[in-house]
Amino acid sequence: MITGNVVHVGMADLKVVHCPDRLRSVGLGSCVGIALWDPVTKVAGLAHVMLPSSEGFPREQRAKFADTAVDWLVEMMLEHRARKERLQAKLAGGAQMFTFAGKNDLLKIGPRNVEASRRALAKWSIPIVAEDVGGTTGRTIELSSEDGSLWVRTVRGGSIVI
Amino acid sequence: MVRLDDRHLDALREVGNIGAAHAATSLAALLQRQVRITVPTVQLLSFDHVADAVGGAEDVVVGTYFRIGGDFPGNLFFILPAESARTVLHAMWGDGPFVEGADLQSDLALSALGEMGNILTSSYLVSLSEFTGGRVETSVPAVAVDMAQAILQVGMFTAEADSCLIIHTGAHIEELDIWCHFLLVPDPESVAPLLGALGVNGS
Repeated sequence: MITGNVVHVGMADLKVVHCPDRLRSVGLGSCVGIALWDPVTKVAGLAHVMLPSSEGFPREQRAKFADTAVDWLVEMMLEHRARKERLQAKLAGGAQMFTFAGKNDLLKIGPRNVEASRRALAKWSIPIVAEDVGGTTGRTIELSSEDGSLWVRTVRGGSIVI
Repeated sequence: MVRLDDRHLDALREVGNIGAAHAATSLAALLQRQVRITVPTVQLLSFDHVADAVGGAEDVVVGTYFRIGGDFPGNLFFILPAESARTVLHAMWGDGPFVEGADLQSDLALSALGEMGNILTSSYLVSLSEFTGGRVETSVPAVAVDMAQAILQVGMFTAEADSCLIIHTGAHIEELDIWCHFLLVPDPESVAPLLGALGVNGS
């Protein structure tokens, strides 16, 4: 069995790999993991975004924001033999880690990250084929470039594959 | 963010020292045990390394979180690793139905640990206010049990680029082998006023 390497994608970072490598992000709270996959060339990409919009921030931090991260990730995928019309997306994360904290907007950033990720993908007409988002729990995710499956582990609910 | 020299770092370490010392006094009173605190560290840590201070990104912890307002906006976390949290519950309640199996997610456990976190972080913030002479406003604290990285992320949204300044102090109850952590994460724009209030502004 070919297992490949596991490549870590840190917060505010994004990476692209070829089969059989895998991409992993640990401890997503309100952050969102945006996974892209081309089923023909088996190129996989993962962005670990922290905030919804890059408006008003320097351009160097493109991977930190849902809007600019999706653009950058798609561009990188295309450079790595992926085709835009074949790309499919999966989303995980966007939780609200602290629930009874009044009206602090910072705590509601998870759902906003999910919305912004969906909007950014819609702009490229990339379908979201599966997602495990929202809730109040942190997630560790791993994306397979072999079959595009996204493994999601939580502290409370064990592991699922979407 | 301002460039930090040794004098600045010393002043920020003193914030971590005094804050955690006050909180440790509360903790000692709560558990009737002697509590030692570590020498605080002040570091600019990349997002992916913040959780290392409390064990690791995926380690399960109980986190109490305060958003701080006033003169020095920022974030304060009280982090209790899962094993230590169970020991704390045991120390407070003894052997009993609440502690067997020690489900940290139960309403009772969360409420007890959240209240404890509230008392300790409030002590920390009162001393921050007294030490700096500044206005420190606090929110209602929130508590969660989850992966350390997922919990600490809440303190990173206001950071610049990909790292944040962390004032970390550990506390240890040797008798019970309990470790816990205070992490003060000032917003980048709070660092200069904080240093000013501590009398080490400029160079």
